[in-house]
Amino acid sequence: MNKVLSICNLSKNYNTIDGEIKALDNITFDMYDNDFIAIVGSSGCGKSTILSILSGIIKDYDGCIDTCNQKIGYMLQSDCLLPWLNIWENAILGLKLTNKLSKENILNVKNLLKKYNLYEFKDKYPTNLSGGMKQRVALIRTLATNPDILLLDEPFSALDYQTRLVVSNDVYEIIKKENKTAIIVTHDIAEAISMTNKVIVLSKRPATIKKIYDINLNNPSTPINNRNDEKFMEYYDQIWKDLDKNV
Amino acid sequence: MSESQKSFLKKHKREKIIIRLFQILIAVTFIFLWEYLSSHKIINSFIFSSPSKIVSTVYKLYLDNNIFNHLFTTIKEILISFSIGFIFSMFFSLLFYYINPIYKVFDPYITMLNSLPKVAIGPLILIWFGANTKSIIIMALLINLIVSTITIYTGFTKTDKNLLLLFKTFNASKLKTFIYLILPNSYMSIISSLKINLSMSFIGVIMGEFLVSKEGIGYLIIYGTQVFNLDLVLAGVVILVILSYIFYKPISILEKNIMKN
Ligand SMILES: Nc1ncnc2c1ncn2[C@@H]1O[C@H](COP(=O)(O)OP(=O)(O)O)[C@@H](O)[C@H]1O
Ligand SMILES: [Mg+2]
Repeated sequence: MNKVLSICNLSKNYNTIDGEIKALDNITFDMYDNDFIAIVGSSGCGKSTILSILSGIIKDYDGCIDTCNQKIGYMLQSDCLLPWLNIWENAILGLKLTNKLSKENILNVKNLLKKYNLYEFKDKYPTNLSGGMKQRVALIRTLATNPDILLLDEPFSALDYQTRLVVSNDVYEIIKKENKTAIIVTHDIAEAISMTNKVIVLSKRPATIKKIYDINLNNPSTPINNRNDEKFMEYYDQIWKDLDKNV
Repeated sequence: MSESQKSFLKKHKREKIIIRLFQILIAVTFIFLWEYLSSHKIINSFIFSSPSKIVSTVYKLYLDNNIFNHLFTTIKEILISFSIGFIFSMFFSLLFYYINPIYKVFDPYITMLNSLPKVAIGPLILIWFGANTKSIIIMALLINLIVSTITIYTGFTKTDKNLLLLFKTFNASKLKTFIYLILPNSYMSIISSLKINLSMSFIGVIMGEFLVSKEGIGYLIIYGTQVFNLDLVLAGVVILVILSYIFYKPISILEKNIMKN
C-alpha cells in the first residue's frame, strides 16, 4: 500500500482579539491509497481546521504534513453553488478557476453529470434543485479537477435524514467508482462506520486523537446495507462511548 | 396550461393594465386641472404658469434656436459627472476592498464629508475653480462620489464568506475571484450605485449651473427666476423631468436584464 498522506504532530492555534484558541493538539495519522477515513468529533472540536490545513487554505500551523505530491480536492460543508450560474457552469467552475478547461476535462464533467443523473438539469439554476442534487453537483465540481485525495467536510449535514442516507450511498459509490482516496468529516457515528474503513475519534477542543478504529465489517457492502451489519452496533457503541458530548 | 393557471395569468395581466391606466389618469388629470384652474383664473397663471404656456415657452425656446445649446450643455455635464463618478467610485471601492486599512483610516473622514451639505461649499468651489464647467463638474462629483463609492464598496464586502472559501479551495487567483465571484455578487449594488450616481449628478449639475453658468437648463431656471418669467422656470423643470426619465431608462433596463439571470 502506498502512503499518500502523513500528518505528524499537527497543532493549530487561532489568534483572536479575545484570546488564543487552541484548536488542534498533536494530531498524527497516516493515510494510504484508496483509504476512506472518517474523522468524528463533537462540533467545534477542530475537524474543519484539519481539512483546511490539508487543503492549504490555512498555512500557519505547527507540525508537519506531507501530501506526497497528491492533488487535493476539498468539498466544503455547505454546497456553495453560485446562484447566478446554472448547473453546468457550476460544475465546471473548479476547472475554470484552476485553469484546466481542456476538452478532455469538460467531457469528463459531462460524463460525471450524466452518470449521476444530473445532466438533464444542466441548464437549471441551483434554486431549482433539491439539497441532495446540489450536494452531488458540488462533489462533481470538486471531482472535475481530478484530485487524488478528496476532503469532504460534513457533506450531508444540510440534508434531511432520508436524503442523507441516499446521498451518502451515492457519494460513496462515486468515490469508489472514481477510485479516490478520501477523508470525510462528520459528527454522525453511523455515517462514519457505514462509509469508511477507518474512523478517527477526536476529543473535544483542542482536538487530540482519542482513538483510531479500523472498521472491518462482516459483510461490507453499500453504506445503507452496512448499517445492518452484525458488527456495526459494536463499533457504534464503542465510538459513542469515546465521543465527548457537549450537552 | 391549466384553467387555474390561465385565469391567474389573466388576472395578473388585468392588474397590470389597471395600474398603468391609473398612472396615466393621474398625469392627465393633473395637467388638465392645472390648465383649467389657470385658464379660469382660479390660480394666478403668472405665478403658477400652465401646461399650455409651458409648451409654448419650450416651443419659443426651440424657435430661438438656443434650447439645444442649453440642453446639450446640461446633458454633457451630467454625462461627464456620471462617468467620472462611476469610474472613481469603482476605483475607490476596489482600493478600499483590497487594501482595507485605507478604508479604516478614511472611514471617519468619509462619514464627515458625506454628512456635510455640499451646497455649503458651492461658493468656495466657484472661487477656487472659476465660473466654468469645471466647477460644475467638481460640484457634481462632490455630491455623487461618496455615496456611490460606499454603495459599491458595501456590495463587495457583502460577498458570502463560504463562497470566498470555496474559491480558496480551488486556489483561485485574486483576479478570478473578483471576476467570477465578487463582481457578479455585487451587480445589484453597482446598479443602485448607478442610480444614486445619476440622481446625484443631476442635483450637482443643476446646483452648479445655478451658481456659475451662462448656459444649461439650470441656468434657464435661475435666469427665469431673476426676470420673474415663471413659464421659463417651469419649462426648465419639465425638461429636467423628461431628461432624468430618459437617463434612468437604460439603467432600469440593465437592472431588469440582470434580475432575469
Ligand atoms: N478563523 C478562525 N478564527 C478563530 N477561531 C476559529 C477560526 N476557525 C475556527 N475557529 C475556532 O476553532 C475551533 C474549531 O473550529 P472548526 O475546526 O471549524 O471545528 P469543527 O469543524 O470541528 O466544528 C472552534 O472553536 C472555532 O470557533
Ligand atoms: Mg466544521
